[in-house]
Amino acid sequence: MRYAMAIDTRKCVGCSDCVVACQTENNVPVGFCRDWVIEVVDGTYPNVSIELRSERCNHCKNSPCVRCCPTGASHFEDGGIVVVDHEKCIGCGACIQSCPYNARYSHPDGYVDKCTFCIHRVRQGSDPACVSVCPTKCMYFGDLDDPNSKIINMLKNRKFKSLAPEAGTKPQIFYLL
Amino acid sequence: MRTRRDFIKISSLGLGAAALTGGMVNWVVGANSSKNLSTGSQSLVPGKKVATYCEVCFWKCAGWAYVTPNNQIQKIIGNADDPQCNGRLCPRGTGGVGMFSDPDRLKTPLMRVTKDGVQTYREASWDEALNFIATKMKAIAAKDGPESIALFNHGSSGKYFTHLLNAFGSNTIAAPSFAQCRGPRDTGFDLTFGESVSSPEVTDIRDTRCLVLIGSHIGENMHNGQVQEMSEAIDKGAVIITVDPRLSTAASKSKYWLPIKPSTDIALLLAWIHVLIYDDLYNKEYVAKYAEGFNELKEHVKGFTPEWAYGITTLKPELIRQTAREMANAAPSVIVHPGRHTSWYGDDVQRSRSIAILNALLGSWGNRGGLFLKEGFRVPEFPHPAYPKPAWSWLETLNGRYPFAKEAVTNTIIEASIPELGKEHIVKGWIVSGTNLVVSVPLKEQLMKAMQSLELLVVVDTMPMEITGFADVVLPECTYLERYDDLRTSPHREPTIALRMPAVEPLYDTKPAWWISKQIGERLGLGAYYNYKDLKDVLDWQLKQVGLSLSELERIGVKKFARKTPVYIEPGSDYQFKTASGKIQLYAHELEAAGFDPMPKYTAHAQPGQGYYRLIYGRAPMHTFSRTANNRNLVALMPENSVWVNPQVAELWGLKKDQYVWLKNQDGVISNFSVKVRITERIRWDSVYIVHGFGHHHKPLTYAFGRGVNDTELITSIKIDPIMGGTGMRGNFVTFIQNEPKKEAKS
Repeated sequence: MRYAMAIDTRKCVGCSDCVVACQTENNVPVGFCRDWVIEVVDGTYPNVSIELRSERCNHCKNSPCVRCCPTGASHFEDGGIVVVDHEKCIGCGACIQSCPYNARYSHPDGYVDKCTFCIHRVRQGSDPACVSVCPTKCMYFGDLDDPNSKIINMLKNRKFKSLAPEAGTKPQIFYLL
Repeated sequence: MRTRRDFIKISSLGLGAAALTGGMVNWVVGANSSKNLSTGSQSLVPGKKVATYCEVCFWKCAGWAYVTPNNQIQKIIGNADDPQCNGRLCPRGTGGVGMFSDPDRLKTPLMRVTKDGVQTYREASWDEALNFIATKMKAIAAKDGPESIALFNHGSSGKYFTHLLNAFGSNTIAAPSFAQCRGPRDTGFDLTFGESVSSPEVTDIRDTRCLVLIGSHIGENMHNGQVQEMSEAIDKGAVIITVDPRLSTAASKSKYWLPIKPSTDIALLLAWIHVLIYDDLYNKEYVAKYAEGFNELKEHVKGFTPEWAYGITTLKPELIRQTAREMANAAPSVIVHPGRHTSWYGDDVQRSRSIAILNALLGSWGNRGGLFLKEGFRVPEFPHPAYPKPAWSWLETLNGRYPFAKEAVTNTIIEASIPELGKEHIVKGWIVSGTNLVVSVPLKEQLMKAMQSLELLVVVDTMPMEITGFADVVLPECTYLERYDDLRTSPHREPTIALRMPAVEPLYDTKPAWWISKQIGERLGLGAYYNYKDLKDVLDWQLKQVGLSLSELERIGVKKFARKTPVYIEPGSDYQFKTASGKIQLYAHELEAAGFDPMPKYTAHAQPGQGYYRLIYGRAPMHTFSRTANNRNLVALMPENSVWVNPQVAELWGLKKDQYVWLKNQDGVISNFSVKVRITERIRWDSVYIVHGFGHHHKPLTYAFGRGVNDTELITSIKIDPIMGGTGMRGNFVTFIQNEPKKEAKS
């Protein structure tokens, strides 16, 4: 089992509903977020293009955050989901520095926090909150080991990219182009 | 007696905000404490799911409020059975809980008093505030007639005050959503097809093969159903054509983006009509069967070639032809989108007519993937005595102008409130419900003058919006999450009804609008119009008439019904349009009879002078007008607006990224606050763009105060559409001021 997400940049309108839904689902304190939206503008008027992307922790297979954590708070759960155990976390911030995606933040309560793929929902068979709220249905969550999953289907049939491949982290978020 | 109405800041009253808001923002559900995560023993927190429909915008998506055992609203999730949202709310709906938890909410009735020569508000009991209002209303009615009490409204609560005024004998009632927004479009479509495109619009986007957007920025305007369907259309390979001087989000998803010179849309539309007719691309069968005036139209557009339009719009003739062919190829599964906010240049009904005519030529009305035929579910009205007939109404405030205004024009009621302008129909009192007129209506001087002339100004709102500072009495309404409301019955593809019920008890001393209306009504001796104890009783009665019950709807939230009429016109059938002749009016005899052009013409509009740029405004997906700028669940996504400036313009002015500038318009009006510069290739060199709804200057909006600029304060040149009174607001031009102007920010 290997959980991953594919996000269709052709459909995303950058509304940031994923951000709000994550905040209310996960009690993210006001002023912080576990996911966010990036707009990249390319070209010169009137030959301009935009890419909109919802970003979050990439739940990397080769995770620098898990490797560098001195207490084992950052760890893998089933399906490769990278999770921080808040009880074990001492808030040293090494993981924040090691992450090429800037996906982690220091929670005001003293630990490091980030996207969990809504593991509490996934374990009950639901999609992460961001995926299930998205008005454009531009996000697909699923198991890469399941050949019949929608996400495998999308990745087979569309061009895609992942972020900062040069970091060698083997990210599990894919952007459909 | 005329009273000078000082603007009062509600914050200056020392309403202990901190004391009143304790613990409201933090949610308590330990949905994923990490300890549980690592052991895998995640436990569900038992709470309840309460049916509601959203009030953050007019789309009114149905959803569920998830309430924790200690009565906190943890989240709001769309109702999967609601065809308006399909279980997916937009960011504003998802963040709607921020309306409830906003620490700056109005908390208790307030009454204007003069203390030591200074006007201020003092807290009042509901009884006192309501008695005062009823006494004033009676006094005004005795002197000037009940008609001289007017209502301005927006949103669900407007209904109750409409009922109140109708029962009292007034129909001097208006909403900015007509003259400041969708009025031109509704009038243009009505004059062509005999009906408007309704709200939510009857656009069959999910099945369209070609979607044409004229300045409409779906995805930035988060009209949920349309955004969802546009995404579905993208999946299905629909061609999107977007006409916009700005690379909108929708434009970036389009096969064709037409970066038109602003204000020249009608020229493009006429050229498209020309190509469809003269290149023999129009839907001949449909036009022959359902439309009249084709020959006149053909003659009319003869000279409006793409080459002619090129010289006006700057769009290449071949691009105009190519896009017309795309539409024809897709026809009748094509939508030339009617848009929504259409009060732009003062000839907006004619632009909307051009759009309607294009749809007619393509045969889209009544066809799959075009504009479908709507159907709603009718719930009987709760019985009440007939309303008295007012001696005059909003119609008379038009003073013979705007003959095709089917709904009231806010500005003529504002005019009528200024004695020297009001002539024989003078308005003396206002009730304002759910609309922040100070930000939503242009012509501020007139508005201020009107408010100074009133004998009574009551504002009902959940938040201390700017308008509340002018009120004699401020009534704090509870939010949509704390009340029952009328059933949502808006017609669309599938007939539905949706319920809103309270997720939690109202915070503070706030009340639902139905209760406020009833209380005032009873004090006015209109108890017969309020023959119920609770709105719940009305809802239950209504639902029982159609074989349902309140308890059933509370369980499901949304009820769908089978259609009784076809959703599309049966091919070849003798479908009657709702026009006088039953046919689509390509040539509008009604307009001609009233002295207007029966077919649209292009007229040139003013262009920016040297050093000035056209002020274009629009929406952001995480905000609704000016009402969400203080919502803590949304503000982090976009705390302030920015002014979009083309890099060449920025270079010319030496503007730097994220620098703050003031904007000054063609009439010398300088923005209250400064605004951040966003240098981007997404905007033309002759225009700037700002998102509407920021630049609040009311300090009690503790977060929103002073963030960004308010476009409407810079909109001082208004081009009024003579056909229906729409206030065209896109003919304003601004320049940059880089050093702080010598001017105190008003607050």
